[in-house]
Amino acid sequence: MVKMSGAQALVEALKQQNVEVIFGIVGGAIIPVHDVLRDSGIRHILTRHEQCAAHAADGYARASGRPGVCMATSGPGATNLVTGIANAYLDSSPVISFTGQVNTFAANSSYMIGRDAFQEADIIGITTPITKYNCQVKKASEIPKTVKLAFHLATTGRPGPALIDLPKNVQTEIDEMKFSDKMKVRGYKPKTEPHPIQVKKAVKLLLEAKRPIVLAGGGVIISNAAPELLELAELLMMPVATTFMGKGCFAENHPLSLGNVGMHGTHAANKLILEADVLLAVGTRFSDRTTGTLDQFCPDAKIIHVDVDAAEIGKNVSVDVPIVADAKETLRVIHQLLIHQLKRRENSAWFNRVKELNGQFESEMDPGDCDLKPQLLLKELRKILPENSILATEVGQNQMWAALYFETHKPRTFISSGGLGTMGFGFPAALGAKVACPGSAVVDIAGDGSFRMTEQELACSVMEKIPVTVIVLNNSVLGMVAQWQRLFYDKRYAAVELGSIPDFVKLAEAYGAQGVRVGSLKEFSEATKKALKSDVTTVIDVPIHPEENVFPMVPAGKGLNDTILG
Amino acid sequence: MIMSKEQNHIISTIVEHKPGVLYTVSNLFRCRGFNIDSISVGPTEQSDLARMTITVKGDERTVEQVVKQLNKLIDVIKVSRLNPASIVTRELALIKVRALDTKVRSDVINYAEIFRARVVDVSSESLMVEITGTSDKIDAFLDLMKPFGVKEVARTGITALSRGVKSVKIE
Repeated sequence: MVKMSGAQALVEALKQQNVEVIFGIVGGAIIPVHDVLRDSGIRHILTRHEQCAAHAADGYARASGRPGVCMATSGPGATNLVTGIANAYLDSSPVISFTGQVNTFAANSSYMIGRDAFQEADIIGITTPITKYNCQVKKASEIPKTVKLAFHLATTGRPGPALIDLPKNVQTEIDEMKFSDKMKVRGYKPKTEPHPIQVKKAVKLLLEAKRPIVLAGGGVIISNAAPELLELAELLMMPVATTFMGKGCFAENHPLSLGNVGMHGTHAANKLILEADVLLAVGTRFSDRTTGTLDQFCPDAKIIHVDVDAAEIGKNVSVDVPIVADAKETLRVIHQLLIHQLKRRENSAWFNRVKELNGQFESEMDPGDCDLKPQLLLKELRKILPENSILATEVGQNQMWAALYFETHKPRTFISSGGLGTMGFGFPAALGAKVACPGSAVVDIAGDGSFRMTEQELACSVMEKIPVTVIVLNNSVLGMVAQWQRLFYDKRYAAVELGSIPDFVKLAEAYGAQGVRVGSLKEFSEATKKALKSDVTTVIDVPIHPEENVFPMVPAGKGLNDTILG
Repeated sequence: MIMSKEQNHIISTIVEHKPGVLYTVSNLFRCRGFNIDSISVGPTEQSDLARMTITVKGDERTVEQVVKQLNKLIDVIKVSRLNPASIVTRELALIKVRALDTKVRSDVINYAEIFRARVVDVSSESLMVEITGTSDKIDAFLDLMKPFGVKEVARTGITALSRGVKSVKIE
């Protein structure tokens, strides 16, 4: 037992969780924590908006596989975190938020929370549907165990965000603190080991399959199961399609890789998944953007679904073999059983079909010879970037071009807002990723619309010396919505014109960052190489045609076989 | 997708007995678009645990999702779907009936006796009846009271336990 304040206990508890960095903004109700934090050795990175603190923590978590931490004051500070928390929730990212809160009592000793005090917001009520766990600490002595619990819950099972709300008087209250290893969570026992009977059924299906396919989701990345997936896919000569969140879990230059499946999936992935007779889905929740309309999804396939979250099994798609377990462990066990029962499969009819369609993919994706096409630019970028580089994206056309044309080779090197589709996520997430992996080049693929949503973090990147490269695919419109209006609303453009303001070069310079505008692929290539060497953030403004579309595309509400190729 | 028939299901949950848990549970139903038919909450034999008995209407798939989503909540410790064939269900209702003359009063009292209900309050213009039983029984009694004029009804919603020796123990 040690006597200390709640704020000291918090910082001590964070150190015990090996927290090295916190993203956040200070405010009245969180000052006591900052008062301890400033001398603690934990780095505090001051973002310019709380939403970006949450996104940066999220980017940090996705790039490193370790929990990301953000902090804000009460009221608007806390509510500004909400979009970032919801984003982390939908993409199962371990973001842990700490918020200040008004005193539990006022000076006249009456109760203060719940009386609409200055900068009071019910952040526990607000974040209940978008956190895996949240808690308002009522006594300083509860801080050590609450922090420990929050980190445990955020990072195990299916990860997700946690939030701890800290009334100001709890931060200053001095009490005996007990930092114990014991934790009591009666209502939480994530299952990691696959059930042997289900595994046997899966193995049997895979052995008998003529046209097996893997659908690998974000869960494969989260559980670090990429090596196991590769071994299994190669053993069975089984092609791998990834969901958007799974991009990177299987090297996209591998002959068995089909790329992404879904609304903006590749031709090969969308076609082959419908031809499969056995679908091994791992770490995916069968989101509507992945499956298209469900009545046309994998009509002939037996489906094996591996997910650590039991509630995902049978939620959207009925499955034949449900396996509630960790992806890594399950793939390992399946591989182990299979390797004794079959020799490595050589060129089958199915693999020939894969090769045939993957070839088509190349030709149909070829965007022609126009110079500054986003598609060509992303292929060029792959050639420039070292293998360990991290690509973050914003949301919209830029994101889908990146998904289709930027070949990703390693897990945790493609970071994007999948579930919530949060414009403005990419830039702060890139900053977080750079903090987590200072040795890697970090690039944010942006649209002009998305970048404007969090562009103020140029200030943070310059002040905190976090150099990243922002590539603004600048079409002066909200491009994805414009594309929908062009294709499905008879070109009745509404509320999408952004104009050619601001001047992104001057904007970057105004923040003390570098700005450059490029007019050809050659200029782009040179500017990017220079930016990667720079110790200050560079914004590369790339004017592109406002009517450029993202293809292939499956219209909303249609099936994967209704792909528009262009 | 096979859509099975919509039916009433009774889900019994053991939860942490602390503030905010009812909110978390009811919020889950709202977020995911499940309808709660009734919910009753109270302490259990262990002071740190509460039991929530929730009745929901839905097809098999929906109810399975309800159970799985409830299981995901950290403060929910145990979720069981009760089998209607081997449970005891009870509901309590307080019913205020208009009763201006002695004829009506004696009719209400007679009906109450038949249903093993009790008159618990009397005023110059009304009687209050307390009735306990299955929801069907309460519905039937309420139908009988309607012609007299039902002024107010308060029902607790169903609470239920499985029959027999089996019980849920939480460490």
